[in-house]
Amino acid sequence: MKASRVVNVVVAGVGGQGVLTCSDILAEAAFRTGVDVKKAEVHGMSQRGGSVACDVRFGPKVYSPMVPQGQADYLLVLSEDQVDVARCALAETGMLLTPADVDGEALENKRSLNVALLGRLSRELDIPEAHWHEAIRAVLEARLHEVNLRAFRIGRDGA
Amino acid sequence: MTVMEDRLLLSGNEAVALAASRCHVALGTGYPGTPSTEILESFSRYGGRAQWAPNEKVALEVATGVAFSGARALCTMKHVGVNVAADVLFTLAYTGVDGALVLVSADDPGMASSQNEQDTRHYARAAGVPMLEPSDSQEAYDFTARAIELSERFQTVVLLRLTTRICHSRTIVTSAGSMPPAPGVPRFERDFARRVMIPVFARPAHRRLREKLDRIAAWSERGEWNRRVEGTSALGVITSGVAYQHVREAAPDASVYKLGLSYPLPVRALAAFAAGVDRCVVIDEGENLLAGDLLAAGIAVEPKPPAFRFGELSVGGVRRIVAGEPSPEPAPAPGTRPQLCPGCPHRKVFEALRDRGCHVPGDIGCYSLGALEPFESMDTLVCMGASIGVGLGMRHVLPEAEARKVVSIIGDSTFLHSGITGLIEAVYNPPPTGHVVLVLDNRTTAMTGLQDHPGTGQRLDGSEARQVRIEEIATAVGFDEVTVVDPVRDEAAWQAALDAALAGGKLSLIVVRRQCILAASKRARAARELARGAREGGA
Repeated sequence: MKASRVVNVVVAGVGGQGVLTCSDILAEAAFRTGVDVKKAEVHGMSQRGGSVACDVRFGPKVYSPMVPQGQADYLLVLSEDQVDVARCALAETGMLLTPADVDGEALENKRSLNVALLGRLSRELDIPEAHWHEAIRAVLEARLHEVNLRAFRIGRDGA
Repeated sequence: MTVMEDRLLLSGNEAVALAASRCHVALGTGYPGTPSTEILESFSRYGGRAQWAPNEKVALEVATGVAFSGARALCTMKHVGVNVAADVLFTLAYTGVDGALVLVSADDPGMASSQNEQDTRHYARAAGVPMLEPSDSQEAYDFTARAIELSERFQTVVLLRLTTRICHSRTIVTSAGSMPPAPGVPRFERDFARRVMIPVFARPAHRRLREKLDRIAAWSERGEWNRRVEGTSALGVITSGVAYQHVREAAPDASVYKLGLSYPLPVRALAAFAAGVDRCVVIDEGENLLAGDLLAAGIAVEPKPPAFRFGELSVGGVRRIVAGEPSPEPAPAPGTRPQLCPGCPHRKVFEALRDRGCHVPGDIGCYSLGALEPFESMDTLVCMGASIGVGLGMRHVLPEAEARKVVSIIGDSTFLHSGITGLIEAVYNPPPTGHVVLVLDNRTTAMTGLQDHPGTGQRLDGSEARQVRIEEIATAVGFDEVTVVDPVRDEAAWQAALDAALAGGKLSLIVVRRQCILAASKRARAARELARGAREGGA
C-alpha cells in the first residue's frame, strides 16, 4: 500500500510476547521511508501477562498517536486468544494477521513469532526490504539479529 | 533512539532527556514511576548525570540545592510523586531559584499503571508556578529548553506536564531548535530574605510570588509557545497537550488555540479567540480546569461534558464532544488481566497469607496483583508506604483475634521510599497485639521496569553504591524481631517465620528476600553487554 494516506497498524498480544518490540521495528522501518510516524504504547501493569496493544501510524502527516477505534488497516495479534479482545481496533476493510498466517513450524525460536508476523505484514506495505532489515538491527540485541532476520524472511516468503 | 541525519524518532521521555543533556543540565534526579521513568534513564545514556533518589521529596530537595547554587536541575516523577514532593514545591515557589529547575510530572489519565488519575495542572495553580504542556516529542524537546529559559528568566521552578501518550509515544523530532547558552560556574550567594522562609521573610515572598505570576501572565499574552490554527469561524477549540493532536484529526476545519504555556493563562488572547468564533469548546484531557478558569474570567466557552473528565481522550472522543454527544464511545471489551510472573517469589508470600486468612494492608508495586485471582489476599492499596500505617490503625481498633491477623506488606523500593517512618510509628505507638511487617524484597523496583534503589548496591548509571540494609533499619528503630528469609529456597523457614511473627504479639519484620526473576535476566544481559564491550575494546 502506498503511504499517500495514513496507514494504521495495531499490534496486540499479552505482556512478554514482544508486542512492544514488534511495533518498534515497524515504526523504525516506516521512519526510514521519510514519512511522518507516530507510535503509542502503554507500559506498567500491562506487561505482567495482561493484554497489551501498540499503535503505529505513518503517512504524510499523522496527528493523534493512537489509532482510532475501528480504523486499523492491519491488526497483528501475537496470540490467538487475544483476537477477540483486539478485534474492535480493526476497520471493516482491514486485514487481521494472526500466528496462523505464518509457518510457525519453520521458526527456529518461537519467540521470533512477532518478527515473522512483521515479515508477513511487510508484503502488504510499501516499505523497502532493506529498511526492515535495518530496523530489526536497530531495535534488537546483536545476538538476536540473524535468527530474527530469518524469521522475518519466513513471514515474508510464506504462502 | 534512531538517528537519521537531524531527524529522530523519539519517545517524549527521550526527547526531554535529549534536550536536557544539550541544555547543560547539571543533575537529573527523581524516583521511578510510570510513565516518567525513562526520562532519567535516557538522560544518563545521553551523557547526563542522573540519579535515583529514595523518593520524590528528596529528589526535589536535591534539585533545589542544585538550582540554589546557580546550576540547572531536572527533577522527574509521576503525577502522584508530586504529592510526595508537594511540601517542597509550595515553598520553593516562594523562594524561587537562581539556576534553573524543571519539575517534570508525568500524568496517567486512564490509569494504565497508577492508583488515581489526578491532574497535575491543579498544582501549577495551587503552588503558583508556570506550566508547559507539550503535545508531541518535538514539543517535549523544545519545551524542555524553553522551560529552562523560563526558569532562569523569572527565577522560578517550572512544571513540565507530560501525560502517558506524550511520554510513551514515539514521534519525529528535528533537533533544530535553539538551546539556551551554557550557564556559568555554579556558586552560592547568601540571601537570607529569599531563601530562609521564616515568617518575616515568607510574608513578602508570598507577595513577590504573586507579582511574579502577574509578570509571567503578561508575558504569556505574547503567546510565543502557543499555537494558533486558523480555521472556520463556526467552531473554535481551546486545547493543550495530546488532546491537540486528537482535535486536529477529529475536527480538521476547526479554529484552534493550543496552549503550550498552560499556566498562567493568556486570558486576553483567549478572550479574543473565543470572541472570533460562533462556538468555542474547551477540549483538555483530565479535569475541566481550563474551562473553569475561562468562565471565571467571563469568557464564553463550552466545557467538555463531565463524562469526558474520566480516562483518556481520543480522536473518537473528540468527535463526540464536537458533535455535542454527552458521553464517550463505549469502552472496548476488557482484555486479559495482568498477573504475577510464573516463578515470581511474591507468589509464595500470597499463598501463605491466603492460607492463613490474614488481613493484608498492601502497597504499591507488582505485588498489588496479590489482590487479584488466584491469591485475593491483599486488602488495601492507597499510596506509597501506606501499608504500615494502615496496618497499625487496623491493629489499634480491631478485636484482638482479628487484629492478630493483620500483616502489612511492602516492597523493598517502596519501603525505602516511605516505609521507614511507618516503622518508627509502630515503635512509638505500638498496638497491643504488636504488628507484623513483611518487606517483599525482590532487589529491584520491578513495577516500573527494574530500576535500582538504595538497597540494591547499584546506582542509575550502573556504578556501585553502598547498600542500605532494610533489616538494619528495622533493628535500629527498635523492632523486636527482625528475620530474613528466602521464600523459594527455604519455603518451610519462610512459613515458620510468618507463623512465629503472627503468634508473637511483638513488633516483627520479616525481609522476604529473593531477586525478581526479570531483574536476574536483566543483570545477566547487562553483564553480557559489558563483556562484549570489553572484548571489542580489547580487540
